[in-house]
Amino acid sequence: MGRTVSLAVVMALLWLALSGHFEPWLLGLGVASAVLVAWIARRLEAVDHEGHPLHLAPRGLGYWPWLAAEIVKANVDVARTILSSPASVDPAVFRVKAGQKDELGLVIHANSITLTPGTVTMDVEPDGWLTVHALTPATRAGVESGEMDRRVSRFVGEA
Amino acid sequence: MSLILDLATWSAIGAGCVFILVGTLGLLRLPDVFSRLHGAGMTDTLGAGLLVAGMLMQTTDWLVAAKLVLILVFLAFTSPMTSHALARAALHAGLQPWTRDKP
Repeated sequence: MGRTVSLAVVMALLWLALSGHFEPWLLGLGVASAVLVAWIARRLEAVDHEGHPLHLAPRGLGYWPWLAAEIVKANVDVARTILSSPASVDPAVFRVKAGQKDELGLVIHANSITLTPGTVTMDVEPDGWLTVHALTPATRAGVESGEMDRRVSRFVGEA
Repeated sequence: MSLILDLATWSAIGAGCVFILVGTLGLLRLPDVFSRLHGAGMTDTLGAGLLVAGMLMQTTDWLVAAKLVLILVFLAFTSPMTSHALARAALHAGLQPWTRDKP
């Protein structure tokens, strides 16, 4: 129930930010639609730790800046690879074991790999094996070093 | 003050344009669909991020700022999904990733 209430609150705040209306009548309609959507989501059994993972938000403040910095670094690397001679392009497909037990953690890990330019997750297996495509040996080494794996585990609270 | 802000805005938007341009160049230069995804990934991470950062510096309205940040939030969730779906679809269609030893 707490999760449904927090979903309604987040929805209402999102509605407020997107609409910019502060008149009581429109505010009421916004709150009513947020509550309606939260109720429907609850009926659909979509309000669980995957559908509304608000519990991750505090630790996300530690993970997201690190991920953003990694994305910037990877962007510069890939830009250099594209602009330099074609010989530096040496793609590889490899498998790597993710440490997360939970599906949410696996999806966050796989999405983080894909979001970082130079590596794309091609397949995720339920037992935690990821198939990754890397543009260069350096980006491959970045995934295989396991630092992202450790940080995602800490982020979802499994380490 | 507004001159510094304008300069910072232009640097961010200029750098964003460079990253989008290089990402597009990657789409043309890289050998196959899987490696081209990496070039496309640049445009919707740092490319879009720097453009939004530049626009953020020019707004004083917090509603506009919130919407600009939301663009990045939604991009951060949707762009890896589409990249992954594309890579998976190509793999299932039988495309073999290009590598140095078997071109």
